[in-house]
Amino acid sequence: MNLPAVSGQTQAEFQALAPPLPRGFLRLTPLNRRRLANFRHNKRGFWSLWIFLLLFVVSLFAEFIANDKPIFVYYKGEYLFPVLRDYPESKFGGFLARTDYRDPFIADEIDAHGYMVWPPVHFSYNTIESALPTPAPSPPTWMLTRQECERAAARVLAPGKPNRGCADIEWNWLGTDDQGRDVVARLIYGYRISILFGLALASISSVIGVAAGAIQGYFGGWTDLIFQRLIEIWSSLPHLYLLIILSSIITPSFLVLLGILLLFSWVNLVYVVRAEFLRARNFEYVTAARALGLSNVRIMVKHLLPNATVATLTFLPFVLNGSITTLTSLDFLGFGLPVGSPSLGELLLEGKSNLQAPWLGLSGFIVIAVMLSLLVFIGEAVRDAVDPRKTIG
Amino acid sequence: MSPRLLEVRDLSVTFRHEGRDFRAVDGISFGVERGRTLALVGESGSGKSVSALSILRLLPHGVRLGGEILFKHEDILRMGPRKLRSIRGAGITMVFQEPMTSLNPVHTIERQIGEILELHGARKGLKLRNRIIELLREVGIPDPAHRLGAYPHQLSGGQRQRVMIAMALANRPDLFIADEPTTALDVTVQAQILTLLKDLQARYGMAMLFITHDLTIVRKLADDVAVMQKGRIVEMNGVDDIFRAPKHPYTQALLAAEPKGAPPEADFASPVILEAQDVRVHFPIRRGFLRRTVGAVKAVDGVSLKLRQGETIGVVGESGSGKTSLGLALLRLIRSDGPILYLGRRIDGLSFRSMRPLRRDMQIVFQDPYGSLSPRLSIADIVAEGLIAQKTPLSFEERREIVARALADTGLDPAAMDRYPHEFSGGQRQRVAIARAMVLEPKFVVLDEPTSALDMSVQAQIVDLLRELQSKRNLAYLFISHDLRVVKALANEIIVMRHGKVVEQGAATEIFANPQNEYTRELFAAAFAVEAKSVVAQEE
Repeated sequence: MNLPAVSGQTQAEFQALAPPLPRGFLRLTPLNRRRLANFRHNKRGFWSLWIFLLLFVVSLFAEFIANDKPIFVYYKGEYLFPVLRDYPESKFGGFLARTDYRDPFIADEIDAHGYMVWPPVHFSYNTIESALPTPAPSPPTWMLTRQECERAAARVLAPGKPNRGCADIEWNWLGTDDQGRDVVARLIYGYRISILFGLALASISSVIGVAAGAIQGYFGGWTDLIFQRLIEIWSSLPHLYLLIILSSIITPSFLVLLGILLLFSWVNLVYVVRAEFLRARNFEYVTAARALGLSNVRIMVKHLLPNATVATLTFLPFVLNGSITTLTSLDFLGFGLPVGSPSLGELLLEGKSNLQAPWLGLSGFIVIAVMLSLLVFIGEAVRDAVDPRKTIG
Repeated sequence: MSPRLLEVRDLSVTFRHEGRDFRAVDGISFGVERGRTLALVGESGSGKSVSALSILRLLPHGVRLGGEILFKHEDILRMGPRKLRSIRGAGITMVFQEPMTSLNPVHTIERQIGEILELHGARKGLKLRNRIIELLREVGIPDPAHRLGAYPHQLSGGQRQRVMIAMALANRPDLFIADEPTTALDVTVQAQILTLLKDLQARYGMAMLFITHDLTIVRKLADDVAVMQKGRIVEMNGVDDIFRAPKHPYTQALLAAEPKGAPPEADFASPVILEAQDVRVHFPIRRGFLRRTVGAVKAVDGVSLKLRQGETIGVVGESGSGKTSLGLALLRLIRSDGPILYLGRRIDGLSFRSMRPLRRDMQIVFQDPYGSLSPRLSIADIVAEGLIAQKTPLSFEERREIVARALADTGLDPAAMDRYPHEFSGGQRQRVAIARAMVLEPKFVVLDEPTSALDMSVQAQIVDLLRELQSKRNLAYLFISHDLRVVKALANEIIVMRHGKVVEQGAATEIFANPQNEYTRELFAAAFAVEAKSVVAQEE
């Protein structure tokens, strides 16, 4: 090493040989810059990404959009945040452990000594509406006749007040389901849980899948042979039946379902990543890295993984879609998330059992279709952007 | 003066790339007469292949051609598609560089040669078959009647190129265009093919347009030479005049570019860096249900060598002779048998992990500068990688400085160290690969055909660089190459290999002056004089 020579140099000469590193918040390689430009060039995918992100971020704040608690309460000189904290009803002169802000008695009490700021939708996913204009499932309020509205308003209004029909009752923009819960609120929460579940499942299974594929492809030989046979046996098990059996033994919750689905979903990526590693492990720059004395792990991460990223990224949106569809279908069959959770599959099931209430099936269908289409569009754009035939050469 | 068969006048070829025009060929004029050979010489990117392709209008759509190409007084550039097709494959034919991909792998050779005959009027039947057999015999395929049903993968590279030539000659063309037809072949096969082409040309009086970068071939084969540089012909003259008195500075540089010089004297007192005794690399052939080993491919079969500090051993041989396997085995990158001693210490039993500290002393430079650099890392990262892997206690700035110095030592501008490999030319990339090996200050470097993928003038520069680094740092080289001129310029000792075995081994000066072995003599004749013993393909 010519270290002493280096440290003995003056600063000026030091600068002369090694150019200063370009600084910046994000230093993209030219390749990635071109990929980003390609992605932007695909208008449909680009806009789909923004719409998807907007919907996702909005749904992350579902509690502030659809809730049966006000966001903010000013009561007798106190500032209260019911969204974030539970207050006992005794605070407002009641006797329950948790305050029901939708109770007319509490609402009147708060209005008399202060004010409340409500989210745009006054229902949470599990709020059961007591004063339905028609028996549940009740249609969207704008579909009600004037007569129905007036009848419903008469029930909630204090006697003697003028009846203004639909203007006086709480609106269910997309109606309610067969248990009297607001469909809009359930859609917002259901969308969030579907996306979160899909993201969690897709990312964990791709980490496992990439690692397994990398090891098989890099070492090859017996490792590859044995693992491949195991995976073939494993993936030939009938997934759906196993899931149904398992979820009837273990009480399904978000995490339990995630774990069960993970058992099978990691296999998807193994083949692609393995093929990439098998192909690339004999590249000369990999041999050169071995000659430099790099460890196997480092070679895999630094030299081979970037080759596999293209394949992985291409697959990922479709893995995400697959995860969401699996969750929805399990919910539809009644083996998914616990009863009462906001789930799109359950909404579809209700739509199936209440054909006279088309708003259930239709709104569920539209939300799922839009969500999956957005993801497919994004996936297509990502695939085209990382396509080596477009970016390299 | 008789009218020339092909007359190219003021030809220009313009590509459009990302909205900008790029002129690959810029107003060139030349002509070829019957029975004569014009060699189009130039380095990669000089536009010689593009010129050849434009004669048959084989360039992709969107390429603009200007000027005129007169073939038998008719302008090819203004021909209708039907007329053009009647010329392609009959009047003018072409053979390409890569024999591995220019034949369709799913058809037999009979069908591929038959097709071109049928297209130009022959009828199916016994007559056609006999004609094909005759053509195959003509190009020196042994036992052609039994080879008709063969598929391309059943033939060797040289045989495939012979089949391509048979296809090209099937309709007795007036003009034969050969685009580097022997670049992908071994020297002995190259000599056979070139001798064959010369024979056939003499027999049928064809005109030949021969595109190459190899001046040895030009001297042997051509009557006239056109030297191309950056899309223009800078000099055109008879072959003797060009070689005797080149006028244009570029031609002079090209002629002077052959690797020259001699290796530094070997000092027998200097310590032995690496010693190998009877090294063998055998790849087992397994068969049957239980995968029992039934035999072995003997890639390297008993090679012994002793490499001293500051000395170079050249390993020469044709493709498949086990040169590369030997290099990888000595670095312990593939499994081998037989003792290997590094500074007197046995290293052949060491595990991958215990080899790692030794890696900094023994490095390798590969043939393909495009494949040996990871396209996703900047060259600073590529060169610094070994320093990181060897866990040298360096700060980021110190490491950057050492990388910058290593790049400067190999003749690269350190200011470009944050760029990516695709921004560099082949020669520059090879310098990066050399810098990567040298930054660890090794004692022993395996050079696996480091010049083969490069242009002639760049080859000479790399050879000079390697020699300079060797004398400055007292390095020991194992230089693997099929290019005997490069080996001659670098090696003190030579090992000639064939089918994994050592054919001849000894001091370079002695072997070059007086080769003992029959095979060595044949190899030298093919390489230095492009001479072959017979034109018939040998069974491989």
